[in-house]
Amino acid sequence: MSAFLTLLLSFAFLAFVLGLGYRIYDYARTPAPLLIPTTPAPTNTGGMLLRMLREITLFESLFKANLWTWAASWVFHISLALVLIRHLRYFTEPVWFWVALAQPFGLYAGLLMVAGLAGLWARRIFVERIRYISTPSDHLMLVLLLSIAGSGLFIKFISHTDIIGVKSFILGLMRLDIQALPEDGPLYIHLILVATLILIFPFSKLLHAPGIFFSPSRNQVDNPREKRHLSAWAAKLEK
Amino acid sequence: MAAEITAPAYRIIPIIPALRRGAMSESKPYVATDKMQEAIGFPGKLADNWQETHDAVIAKMGELLTKYRSLKVYMDACVHCGACSDKCHYFIGTQDPKNMPVARQDLMRSVYRRYFTLAGKVFPKLVGARDLTREVLDEWFSYFNQCSECRRCSVFCPYGIDTAEVTMAAKEILDSVGYGQKYSNEIIGKVHKIGNNLGLPGPALENTLEGLEEDVKEDTGIDVRFPLDIKGAEVLLITPSADFFAEPHIDSLIGYAKVFHASGVSWTLSSMASEAGNFGMFIGNYDQLRKIALRVREAALELGVKRIVVGECGHAWRVAYSFWNTLIGVGAGANDPYAIQLQNQLDLRYKQPMHICEFTWDLIERGGLSFDKDANDKHIITFHDSCNVARASRMGDFAGGQFEIPRNIIKAVANNFVEMRDGTTREQTFCCGGGGGLLTDELLDLRVKGALPRMEALQQVADSHGVNFMATICAICKAQFTKVLPIYGFDRRVVGGVHQLVSNAIKLGDK
Repeated sequence: MSAFLTLLLSFAFLAFVLGLGYRIYDYARTPAPLLIPTTPAPTNTGGMLLRMLREITLFESLFKANLWTWAASWVFHISLALVLIRHLRYFTEPVWFWVALAQPFGLYAGLLMVAGLAGLWARRIFVERIRYISTPSDHLMLVLLLSIAGSGLFIKFISHTDIIGVKSFILGLMRLDIQALPEDGPLYIHLILVATLILIFPFSKLLHAPGIFFSPSRNQVDNPREKRHLSAWAAKLEK
Repeated sequence: MAAEITAPAYRIIPIIPALRRGAMSESKPYVATDKMQEAIGFPGKLADNWQETHDAVIAKMGELLTKYRSLKVYMDACVHCGACSDKCHYFIGTQDPKNMPVARQDLMRSVYRRYFTLAGKVFPKLVGARDLTREVLDEWFSYFNQCSECRRCSVFCPYGIDTAEVTMAAKEILDSVGYGQKYSNEIIGKVHKIGNNLGLPGPALENTLEGLEEDVKEDTGIDVRFPLDIKGAEVLLITPSADFFAEPHIDSLIGYAKVFHASGVSWTLSSMASEAGNFGMFIGNYDQLRKIALRVREAALELGVKRIVVGECGHAWRVAYSFWNTLIGVGAGANDPYAIQLQNQLDLRYKQPMHICEFTWDLIERGGLSFDKDANDKHIITFHDSCNVARASRMGDFAGGQFEIPRNIIKAVANNFVEMRDGTTREQTFCCGGGGGLLTDELLDLRVKGALPRMEALQQVADSHGVNFMATICAICKAQFTKVLPIYGFDRRVVGGVHQLVSNAIKLGDK
């Protein structure tokens, strides 16, 4: 099992880096021939960066759209970020100062993450029009995230796993010095689920994460009268 | 089409309607004839062999995915969160779930996933991917012609996904396989052949303008000119051709002329570029967008004007403000010879292009115009923000100037101004229901239903404040409301232009 997980996690990680790297490259190379920021839009780069920052950290547009969806998804994403920060202690030796500081927050965040996901799923099930637009993969994604959170909380609160062993396994993976993983069923489940999530990231709607950085309606500056904006293929038409 | 088109009932409180599946599945515009298609460079009709069409659609989609980052990112990024699901006026008015922006995008996204993503190739059912069939293509033709490209959904999307971009891509694909929409493509043909969307030839235009000069003289006793093709004029005015004879559009044209008269700035219209509208945008075709805009460049070079001002038209202002610098070099800041040729001629101390509202407001601010505000006292006025002005352009020097400047003008020329309910104005304004190339009679049922949220907001201020005039700065809004207002029990003259109000109040000659 240890060997299997070593392989699975390495493969998932590789697929994640290459897949996501390719996506980002692909978005970056695709031209945006016309200026289409959703206005009112910032008229300079600083303002645009601020708009992007608000969008990424506060989900500004979603806040305007629907308070319940905003609350559930913001709680989920912030909690996920805190949980990820908490997990950095398995990847750093010695543990970084701020990671140590964030430990208790990460713990509560694990519970909030479940609450946020449950809220999002309830919406998908009970609100008619959201149910209408949901595909099986939309539900499964929430099931996967809930299972990851659930199995993680399980090995924290109910059936403790040997976290020292986990840490040496992970540090080993990072240094290409393969270590055995503690024998623990719930831990295996947690890691297999995480590997699945990482693996499907570049092939699923999780691409919303890199996507937002490339969204022309958000990342363009409203200055068409002051500056001529011309993509390569559009410029050829003038020859 | 139903024998009689009636208005849907107002919602008691504006709650989100229950779904009525398939409610609008029969709604579709007329298909363009082979002549109309071929006149603007598209295949005349669908291939006899489905496989050929199928392959052409997929190939075109692949091409667009490499040319437009918007389309590519928007196909991938949606998480089906539903933020947009209750934001479209056509969904609110029709309750058809396929008129939810996300569902409309999914009509194309499902095909994108099937042919362009690993997950859709391997597990189509799981991720909502589907094969492209004739039925799917018909569904595109129906529902992408139920989107007015108003961008309201893009305001609320956490990733800024703009359904208008998807609709434009769909229309571009449909055109490229011979499945075009009659109304838009016929109009584009007319622009190239005659010079404007309404097919008004040069001599008729000249007559119309002479007639207007006589009318204004009779009305005011003052010689207000409506110049045409005057070389060496300072300003070239590009305005929607509806302004030349449609009601209430023409009253705004008179308003522009009076403002120019009072300002002392010499100006001219152009018979070659007698159209601000650019339906190339509606059909998502860059070549047409550019070709139609090129007439403006040619007219500007030929007449040697120093400034280009654009009349009251929503999508035209989007094209002018956001795209002209890119398409034809009207603007500033170019470093390539093509654009510099024109930018050297234009007087870059002024905004290029400039909206007529910017022109008028600038004069008002500098004390260059005087008004008899009481002349508008019969009106209790509200302002309908037009979608393309509100969410796809700007006026003035700061973000949101497109909201303030028209309102400032109204307040400067009239005494009674009332805002409609929050959430229905400014960046959250509702489309009139007739934009995006849908302003055609066979879609009247859709247009009436799509106007519902705006009519509700108007009814509220009519009841609470006695509002009897809704000013707007878009030719399509004006035409759409003129048709739709009576169906909702209003007088059709409730809608009018901002410069119509200016025209009523401006003092000429005796400053």
